[in-house]
Amino acid sequence: MKNHKTIVLSNQEISPGYFRMRILAPDYSRLAKPGQFVMFRVQRSLLPLLRRPFGIFRTGFMPADCDTMPPKEFIEIIYKVVGSGTEIMQGLHYGDPVELLGPLGSGFDLNLTSGDNILVGGGIGLVPLYMLAESIADPSRAEVLIGGRSRDDIITVTEFERLGVKTFVSTEDGSIGDAGLVTKVLEQRLEQKPKARVFACGPMPMIRAVEKICRSKGVALQVSLEELMACGVGACLGCVVKGEGHTTERPSYLCTCTVGPVFNASDLAWDNHDHASGAVSYGGCECGEKR
Amino acid sequence: MKRKEKVIKNVNMQVEIAGITLRNPIMPASGTFGYGEEYAPYLDLNSLGAIVTKGLSLNPKAGNNTPRVCETVGGMLNAIGLQNVGIEQFIYQKMPFLEQFDTPVIVNFFGNTQDEYGEVAARLDELPGVAGLEMNISCPNVKHGGIIFGTDPQAAFAAVASVRKRTSKPLIVKLTPNVTDIQVTARAAEEAGADAISLINTLTGMAVDVKTRRPRLANTIGGLSGPAIRPIAVRLVHQVVQAVKIPVIGIGGISRAMDALEFLIVGAKAVQVGTANFVDPNAMATIITELENFCLEEGIDDINDLIGTLEV
Ligand SMILES: Cc1cc2nc3c(=O)[nH]c(=O)nc-3n(C[C@H](O)[C@H](O)[C@H](O)COP(=O)(O)OP(=O)(O)OC[C@H]3O[C@@H](n4cnc5c(N)ncnc54)[C@H](O)[C@@H]3O)c2cc1C
Ligand SMILES: Cc1cc2nc3c(=O)[nH]c(=O)nc-3n(C[C@H](O)[C@H](O)[C@H](O)COP(=O)(O)O)c2cc1C
Ligand code: FES
Repeated sequence: MKNHKTIVLSNQEISPGYFRMRILAPDYSRLAKPGQFVMFRVQRSLLPLLRRPFGIFRTGFMPADCDTMPPKEFIEIIYKVVGSGTEIMQGLHYGDPVELLGPLGSGFDLNLTSGDNILVGGGIGLVPLYMLAESIADPSRAEVLIGGRSRDDIITVTEFERLGVKTFVSTEDGSIGDAGLVTKVLEQRLEQKPKARVFACGPMPMIRAVEKICRSKGVALQVSLEELMACGVGACLGCVVKGEGHTTERPSYLCTCTVGPVFNASDLAWDNHDHASGAVSYGGCECGEKR
Repeated sequence: MKRKEKVIKNVNMQVEIAGITLRNPIMPASGTFGYGEEYAPYLDLNSLGAIVTKGLSLNPKAGNNTPRVCETVGGMLNAIGLQNVGIEQFIYQKMPFLEQFDTPVIVNFFGNTQDEYGEVAARLDELPGVAGLEMNISCPNVKHGGIIFGTDPQAAFAAVASVRKRTSKPLIVKLTPNVTDIQVTARAAEEAGADAISLINTLTGMAVDVKTRRPRLANTIGGLSGPAIRPIAVRLVHQVVQAVKIPVIGIGGISRAMDALEFLIVGAKAVQVGTANFVDPNAMATIITELENFCLEEGIDDINDLIGTLEV
């Protein structure tokens, strides 16, 4: 874990609204584990103020500028332009100064990747699954279910194919691959591979549906979650999710940035898991006590 | 401030607050630095003036629903709900780590009744590793309809007085800015026995998601922090410095040495850095270096010579 003041190496649009950015990142290929993320400072000013969390897509080396220099170590992130920070990011070029805090978070439990593996990703949720696929011992027994709303949201298919992982593409509007939700494909694949372990990342409704399916079939599931973050290191307690057994009387809150972002589904409270978009609200003071 | 002609090589950065000696006037603001260990990989905790820990209550506290944080222009809103491990776990799980460092530990704490404040203070008073207490009075008094202690000078006086009885350690009272006349609360705290005052805590604020028409925070209302609040904080510190004799610690929107200097010049003896830690985990180290460089360039050989030198 370190904060690197570093630079952008490249930044390319890979699908409308989706960019792949390569960033100079010493030590990451040694340190970064599949499922970990970085807190990315998009520019060295106070606007936007907070860093943005992004999953690590992959790490690698590229040739140095001259023969006497060691190769350059980099990470790649893939991001969708959704707001103020990612809008600035899409305009960044080679050499632009940025900062990387990481690698952060727990990552996937790789002890659980022997046998059949099914990776389920929706849109940008494919990002952390790629490094996971890279580390699976037997890629021929892994498959990745790639979902999205429309053709433009289907990313990284060729990258997974190159690893020898079988890909299943589906879109909600049927513009590419099977028409329908990625969870429908999951149900079908679990018929074929009932003992598979499942790894999922994507929008919360997708994650919830995947959890229901896996629970009903008794299949082990790891999920990677997104929460609003301020610090990324466990200090602000802004990014919590409710743990298994959480009640108002005996609360259990887990930090997404340190305990997560990858959780065993069985460690989380699913029935009353409030996410960023669906939280209850009540009036009160800054301390959160009802007046 | 007049510029001295002499060339200096060393600057004394040491300041003293309520009997606590700080190697420099920079320390983290409570709730933005966890229990220290979260930032230890990024920053030498021995380089700080002090370590201020996350607000602590008698029993563990769960905090609010999410979303708990949201970014605003030049700042952020938070409604964490004072989630913390409670005093027992703090003593057994967090103190041993903090005691490894040669840096004074200031423990921020709160209660929801006057008695609870007293209880926590009494427990903390027993701990040799605790250099001082910072009492957060921006909390609702559940016995009195939930009115915030710090917005009611009488309640603030009573709470501080009851804590004063339970501890002989240096007591810093942290004020809320959400009042009409900060000088009244500051004097109440001083008269009740505070050894120092720190301010500001967050300003209450609110943000709305216009598409869902819901508040951006689950708690609806949150506390605003970050660069956006600095001018308000400087003004309030300036007013409190005029009103009390005890030392004042300035807090609010400090990201660089220049920001910290504003507070020192209006009369704060030390400052706390909050939200800036999230932006740059190394922020305090940079501020300390830059502060020293500023003094060297300006020919100031003791940072204390700078404190309270505002010319009006
Ligand atoms: C662990 C983790 C990994 C992620 N990995 C990726 C990834 O690989 N690719 C990708 O495109 N996105 C990823 N995200 C989501 C990404 O962080 C947000 O899309 C991004 O922060 C939006 O920033 P913005 O300034 O463009 O949006 P704005 O809406 O302007 O952002 C305002 C604030 O909200 C926060 N925010 C907004 N949306 C999200 C979100 N979905 N999750 C968390 N915080 C959010 C921002 O960080 C910022 O603090 C990840 C999130 C987390 C928590
Ligand atoms: C996420 C977060 C948590 C905080 N928790 C506490 C707390 O537990 N106790 C407290 O007295 N102040 C707390 N504060 C207030 C800060 O200590 C500080 O007073 C405020 O953020 C203003 O400083 P800043 O602008 O440098 O952040 C918190 C602030 C933030 C942003
Ligand atoms: S983002 Fe601050 S604790 Fe997780």
